[in-house]
Amino acid sequence: MLKDITLGQYFPGDTVVHRLDPRTKLILTVVYIAALFLVNTWGGYALVIAALAAVTAVAHIKPRAMLKGLKPLVFIIVFTGLLNLFFTRGDDVLFQWRFIHITHTGLTRAVSMVLRVMLLVSGTFLLTYTTSPLAITDGLERLLSPLNKLHVPVYELSLMMCIALRFIPTLIEETDRIMSAQKARGADLETGTLPERAKALLPLLIPLFISAFRRADELALAMECRCYNGGQGRTRMKELRMAGRDAVAFCLGGLLVAGILVLRRLGI
Amino acid sequence: MYKDIISMDPIIRVKNLTYVYPDADRPALDGVDLDIMPGSFVAVLGSNGSGKSTLAKHLNAILLPKEGKVLVDGMDTIDEGSLLPIRRKVGMVFQNPDNQIVANVVEDDVAFAPENLGVDPKEIRRRVDEALKQVDMYDFRLHAPHLLSGGQKQRVAIAGVLAMGPEVLVLDEPTAMLDPRGRREVVSAAERLCREKGITVLLITHHMDEAVRADRVLVMDRGHIVMDGAPAEIFARAGDLRALQLTVPDTTALIEKLNAAGMSLPSGALTPEACAAAIKEALG
Repeated sequence: MLKDITLGQYFPGDTVVHRLDPRTKLILTVVYIAALFLVNTWGGYALVIAALAAVTAVAHIKPRAMLKGLKPLVFIIVFTGLLNLFFTRGDDVLFQWRFIHITHTGLTRAVSMVLRVMLLVSGTFLLTYTTSPLAITDGLERLLSPLNKLHVPVYELSLMMCIALRFIPTLIEETDRIMSAQKARGADLETGTLPERAKALLPLLIPLFISAFRRADELALAMECRCYNGGQGRTRMKELRMAGRDAVAFCLGGLLVAGILVLRRLGI
Repeated sequence: MYKDIISMDPIIRVKNLTYVYPDADRPALDGVDLDIMPGSFVAVLGSNGSGKSTLAKHLNAILLPKEGKVLVDGMDTIDEGSLLPIRRKVGMVFQNPDNQIVANVVEDDVAFAPENLGVDPKEIRRRVDEALKQVDMYDFRLHAPHLLSGGQKQRVAIAGVLAMGPEVLVLDEPTAMLDPRGRREVVSAAERLCREKGITVLLITHHMDEAVRADRVLVMDRGHIVMDGAPAEIFARAGDLRALQLTVPDTTALIEKLNAAGMSLPSGALTPEACAAAIKEALG
């Protein structure tokens, strides 16, 4: 029952987008997000939407998957839209009824904010859809490696991420097992008021925590047995290497930013 | 068998090893002496709390002796400078396969140890492929560990240790959490590594039918090694084993019953095949 939880869903594939170096994708995603806040014209939005659609198509991600990713955010999106629609003050009133007055500025702002949030989320989804969590962690580690000089334990942090990702399915399985065990003894996890249900979770969480600590202890022992002694002097089997396609991706990203800036200047 | 190579130096020497856990009232190990020859397959039996795991943890310097000495290929485990070389020589696999796999792709997990040792990436790749082939898991190299069966996970754990290039493999009840099929897979992988690659294997187990395949069986009780010999010698002493709350292999139990019923079968027929052959011969 808990099996379908995924963290940043990943659709395995072998397209150019999938094969890009995770560092490239991470940098471009950050650039994309920053660029999104520079957009202030309809032409700019059209350009970003076109770019996003093109990448989605090249990555063989179904448009439906993109929309599905937006589903949990419907509330935030609608809320943002309504807030901007009703609470923007201006002189160019389009519609007025008692205390409700909708202005032209408000309408424009609402639409552009909604678009911005949706584009922001879909853009980052595109990263997780085409990059495995492990590759993202790896890419982050390399990108942040200069921080090592400032004594930030970058490798340890990335190892922590990896181990967390590795143990999510194991712990979910365990939770399922404990839940079944408690239910078999008559525990009621599904009915009752919210505080009651939260209380019923306690006999679930305690064994889970105890087992997680035991696992951590054993894992640490196993890691020590395999000569783990910190990030220093470590090598990697899979080295990240930038290829021609990464250069192309950076050029395209640059073009997108340039396009946005030009449209902003022209006001189209 | 192990007696043929007695002229070589032992790979592991344990001398008068004593260890007391903090807050324990009696020592977990009490003056243990043990030599293990390179290339031998040794099974360690004993009921819970007999000191088997404590002994195992001394062999790669996870625990350090309170008294006495543990020498791995001449290196004293108490010497801090030899820690990594010792851990590299003596690979250790534990009971719960889930709690020893670090990465979420099989081949990345196997690469963990050589990565820690700072091995060149190309060489890591070679070792990972070789280690996975040795335990027959090469086809699963891109799988996620949590989707594998228990026996498969445990073989990945063995591969993860093999990638260090160890001379000794210590398996601490590797089959305790597995189904019969997983048990067979793991034990035959270990046996193959010993027979074909000459890796010394120390298998701690509760399953007598696994101990039958070893060259030498050690029986521990309350921190002492109380029996030490070839499987045929040890299992011939069924009464002594039962007194230590251990069982005997099914084959031994069968032969005992048949002999009690008037047949005269040799007690040394321990594997199912040998047992079947002995019965067939006796029946003419």
